[in-house]
Amino acid sequence: MQSERIYAEELTKHFDDFVAVMGVSFQVLAGEVLVLLGPNGAGKTTTVRMLTSILTPTSGRARVAGYDVVAQADQVRASVGVLTEQHGLYNRMNATEYLRFFGQLYGLHPRICQERITRLLEQFGLSFAGKKRLGEYSKGMRQKLALVRAMLHDPPVLLLDEPTSTMDPESARMVRDTIRGLRSAERAIILCTHNLAEAEELADQIAIIRQGQIILQGDVSTLKFTLLGPPEYEALLAKPFNGWQANLPDGVELSATGENWLRFQMTRPQQQNPVVLRRLLEHNLEVISFQEVPRSLEQVYIQAINRVDSSPPARAGQGEQNAG
Amino acid sequence: MLAELRPALYITYREVRDQLRDWRIIFPIVGLTIFFPYLMNFTAQQALGFVRKYGANIIGERMVPFLLMIVGFFPISVSLVIALETFVGEKERGSIEPLLHTPLKDWQLYLGKLLSAIIPPLLSSFLGMLVYLVGLYRSHVPVPPVDLLILILCLTVVQAIMMVSGAVVVSTQTTSVRAANLLASFIIIPSALLIQGESIVMFWGDYQTLWWVVFGLAVLSLLLMRVGLAHFRREELLGREIDVLNLRWAWGIFMKQFRGGAHSIWEWYRRAVPGTLGQMGQPMLLVAGLVLLAVWLGEQQVSRFTFSLKDVGMINLKQNLSGMVEGWPLFSISPVLGIWWQNTRVLLLSFVLGIFSFGILGVLPTMLTLGLTGYLMGLLALNGISPWFYLVGFILPHGVIEIPAAVIACAAVLRMGAALATPNPNKTIGEVWLIVLADWAKVMAGLVVPLLLVAAAVEAWVTPRLALWLFR
Repeated sequence: MQSERIYAEELTKHFDDFVAVMGVSFQVLAGEVLVLLGPNGAGKTTTVRMLTSILTPTSGRARVAGYDVVAQADQVRASVGVLTEQHGLYNRMNATEYLRFFGQLYGLHPRICQERITRLLEQFGLSFAGKKRLGEYSKGMRQKLALVRAMLHDPPVLLLDEPTSTMDPESARMVRDTIRGLRSAERAIILCTHNLAEAEELADQIAIIRQGQIILQGDVSTLKFTLLGPPEYEALLAKPFNGWQANLPDGVELSATGENWLRFQMTRPQQQNPVVLRRLLEHNLEVISFQEVPRSLEQVYIQAINRVDSSPPARAGQGEQNAG
Repeated sequence: MLAELRPALYITYREVRDQLRDWRIIFPIVGLTIFFPYLMNFTAQQALGFVRKYGANIIGERMVPFLLMIVGFFPISVSLVIALETFVGEKERGSIEPLLHTPLKDWQLYLGKLLSAIIPPLLSSFLGMLVYLVGLYRSHVPVPPVDLLILILCLTVVQAIMMVSGAVVVSTQTTSVRAANLLASFIIIPSALLIQGESIVMFWGDYQTLWWVVFGLAVLSLLLMRVGLAHFRREELLGREIDVLNLRWAWGIFMKQFRGGAHSIWEWYRRAVPGTLGQMGQPMLLVAGLVLLAVWLGEQQVSRFTFSLKDVGMINLKQNLSGMVEGWPLFSISPVLGIWWQNTRVLLLSFVLGIFSFGILGVLPTMLTLGLTGYLMGLLALNGISPWFYLVGFILPHGVIEIPAAVIACAAVLRMGAALATPNPNKTIGEVWLIVLADWAKVMAGLVVPLLLVAAAVEAWVTPRLALWLFR
């Protein structure tokens, strides 16, 4: 049975009278990736900062790697690897010095630290630049090194903010493969990204966050079902047809037709697809292909965002923080 | 303990090494360390030669340690820039967040940064002073005695710690390096004034007083470190993006505390003012103790600064008092207002001094006044007049009101400093400051100022007449 690595319940954060995050709840099990999707300023970074005990929640509670984010902040920080939005590298240090410094802060034994540095630099293709000043690193290299820093102490929880945003396609692919590998190593990962293809590829769960609130949450197929309706299947015919009055099974609807194609929406494709196909053949319609109409996460995201776009931003009457 | 300290030292080591790799930091430090002492050396030699021509050897002798102090001070003042950007600079460069995500405790991060800002300028100061002293020795200029060298070294160390501690506090509380640099004037100007004061004392040759300065600066440095740590919060560093001057918010906090939940002036006097007064028990006791100490110290000074009352024309008290009674007729307002304004002004000065010294120097004006009273009592006793007559005739009638009012005002100032140095995880430094300011304003408006007015009336209308009756 998978154990719970991250648990958030009604997390809320106010800055003065502005509500950055309001009542966010989720849980991430070991081996799972939760992708937080949302526009800039939606509250993703604030949520991550609360989970790493840098920001104290105004209300609600959260446990990370079994530790309470307020009462056991030091343990939480020791158990979490964070890739921040800004890489925050020290330009006058080289990669090895930089990682060794963070290894020391995480209390790693020098030998283990050196082994991990060597292995991770090699894994991310940075071995050749280990002695190079970080000021000379390209954006992609900096991003990779920041990711290495997040993984250096082998944390059970990883919180990654835009891990591939500045990378070339090859590096981005390598990082995505690494994240998949980390997931199988019984880690829990929260990934904040704008890259919907990446989210779809990596996510076990997706939470769409907007104006500080989670507006939609679930696995990819459930989200698609919820927002776009049941999946659609398209039958491509060999010849044009002149209408069809079929007796379709329960739960199947003819959603659209073209000159030589038909689209069906169905709730239980595994049971219903063979019946539909049989009916088509019974009516002498020659089927060239019969396949699911692809529906991207982008459609789901846009649909979800549009649903809440008209609502005003969340405000609270009394702030507990101040900027003064 | 060492294991706890180690992460702080990792931070220090990294930062110092980083600084030593930056030529923009190295160049001025090396310049001030090597070139400047040579210049001072040359100045010392020229000055010595010049003043000897006119037989003013003492000025030359005093100039040598003075220049040593200046040589030590310069690298510290320039290196303030490093301290100012310790936190806010990293925040601007985006490198603070990964540090905040590590399991470092707040004090470890703060101490590591503080040390990294103190060590290079101090080493630079020491090196500069060494270069200067070697130069003196080689030019056959007499090197100051060891005790004076130790004194100047201690002055340099505490001054460095005080300035850097202050700069680091500024760095944690601002959102940009630019704002931090602007606020640095609150450190540089008082420090420059302090150096001027120290220079005067040094030329005066009163080195004992400079040891008191070392002590005072050490206390101030500790308080600044305490304030920095008390108000250092990771959340504040990341959560605050813009320094908005929110006057409405500030006024709201101030008035909420000032009113203390009261809805009428009667309720305010019945609940809010006594409530704040009740929280000031300890500082009031402390100030009262200091006041008594001041009276005793004043009395002790009579043996050092003694003179005859006859010589200064004070022996004819009766005549003086008669003049006073004539000048201050009963129920005339102007002397009352004059006395009231004078006393209020002194307590406002206490407040201003207290702001810059965590309340400590706020007690000074009252202590000086009562020290003088103690001195006069001693002097009268020495001249054969009973000091108790003086106390009962000149001080007590209005003093029973005025002295408690002054004690309350000074206690409020002292409490203000203590509150700033006390950790409060739920409030920002700005909020704490506004709250203690409101408390001070509350006791001033509600108690001290009205009491001073009553005391002034007594002092103008009753005291001279009572004194005249006693000394008839």
